[in-house]
Amino acid sequence: MSVKVLIPTPLQKFTSNQATLECTAANIGELIDALETACPGIKDRLCDDKGQPRRFLNFYVNSEDIRFLDGTGTPLKDGDEVSIVPAVAGG
Amino acid sequence: MTQATQTTTHNQEILNGSAFFDALKCKECGAEYEPKAIHVCEYCFGPLEVSYNYDALRRHVTRETIQAGPLSIWRYRPFLPVAGDNLIDVGTGMTPLVKAHRLARRLGIKNLYIKNDAVNMPTLSFKDRVVSVALTRARELGFTTVSCASTGNLANSTAAIAAKAGLDCCVFIPADLEAGKVLGTLVYGPVVMAVEGNYDQVNRLCSEVANTHGWGFVNINLRPYYSEGSKTLGYEVAEQLGWQLPDHVVAPLASGSLFTKIYKGFQEFIKVGLVEDKAVRFSGAQAEGCSPIASAFREGRDFIKPVKPNTIAKSIAIGNPADGVYAVDIAQKTNGNIESVTDPEIIEGIKLLAETEGIFTETAGGTTIAVLKKLVEAGKIDSDETTVVYITGNGLKTQEAVQGDIGAPLTIEAKLDSFERALERSRTLDRLEWQQVLV
Repeated sequence: MSVKVLIPTPLQKFTSNQATLECTAANIGELIDALETACPGIKDRLCDDKGQPRRFLNFYVNSEDIRFLDGTGTPLKDGDEVSIVPAVAGG
Repeated sequence: MTQATQTTTHNQEILNGSAFFDALKCKECGAEYEPKAIHVCEYCFGPLEVSYNYDALRRHVTRETIQAGPLSIWRYRPFLPVAGDNLIDVGTGMTPLVKAHRLARRLGIKNLYIKNDAVNMPTLSFKDRVVSVALTRARELGFTTVSCASTGNLANSTAAIAAKAGLDCCVFIPADLEAGKVLGTLVYGPVVMAVEGNYDQVNRLCSEVANTHGWGFVNINLRPYYSEGSKTLGYEVAEQLGWQLPDHVVAPLASGSLFTKIYKGFQEFIKVGLVEDKAVRFSGAQAEGCSPIASAFREGRDFIKPVKPNTIAKSIAIGNPADGVYAVDIAQKTNGNIESVTDPEIIEGIKLLAETEGIFTETAGGTTIAVLKKLVEAGKIDSDETTVVYITGNGLKTQEAVQGDIGAPLTIEAKLDSFERALERSRTLDRLEWQQVLV
């Protein structure tokens, strides 16, 4: 599935300063691996030692937090938009 | 200005003693960064905190130097992350610390104080503190456009202070905000984006905008500086209590930032010798319809499960609170509590504070008062403890929340007998209400 990924500023050094990437993956877990293939080193920043998304990093599929969906198993379909966003303060 | 020039200038300012902060430091892994417009660690995405040279602060700052400063947050300037003297001072801070005799008596405790930021300047919420600091720093970093994601109060404050500072401003709010908060933003002339979604969605959108526009977002890329402004709520209470810390504080929790910064403020005053070391209990307040931090505290979790907000307390309705884990940690280690209350309890809280202390707060303040009451009733606040409750916003901005619960004026003819009849009727109604309570 071809999806658009929005890359936060601190990770754009891995993407040649590109704020968006096109990737092919069936779910979020696969997407992280696909990003690593395209941008070596990025997975280490996205995931903790256990391979899970870092505590202060949020993943959204079409504006919905994956913690309200199936986490890293959240399926992706053609045309989906995945946004990776560091946690921010409020209010 | 290039980054290299910026850093050299900054180091010179530290040497001159005009700035006492030296770096941004990751709260999680400790990695250090130059004090520019970044907010998360490049390695682990932990939040960045401003770090200070406390030895230098101890040498330069005394109670007397603070007392000789302006009657605003800037009397604490050495503890704030700004480098130059071009401060944006709109009279923010030094709000009243009120001894709340009547509310205390009603609740059955003795030493209760209200820190009343419902009358903070210029926009009647504690956000004026954080925005004054953020925009001062934004100017130092060369930004000409400032922005924020807001549940209302922050939008009011950013728009007003940007207007005063001559900065361009674009704010993002959820489309369903209270009318007073929307109007109270529009009047200052910013671009206002009303986003169809909740605050967490607004926040996400702003992060995406921040990636592509070179603006200063006060709660995103300026967040390390912005959040430091909340420390002044700690400093002021310490100074207003006669350079002493209270025993217990109760504060609202949205992202958790305010709570952690009051704690940091107390710790810094201890560290530089301005107050004696003392254990202060920290208790937090959330609305039941958005209580991810209270749930984590109750269940002893060290992570936050995000929720979708559904409460009248919109100004604290953050379902994915960035500093939630730190707030839980502080409540646990200080032997405090984090409680939540229902929307009807929040309205009762607003009325209770208004009727006993003459302070009209918004829903966040109603939440805090309702939690205070709940904690007292559960025996979790000792009657002798010096307790400070933080009221962070003004009720005139959220009139919708209480409109159906506070009665209506008695309409009368312009005649004495009409007045007498209405007065008798209102007294009868009062008696009936009391009888109901007694039953």
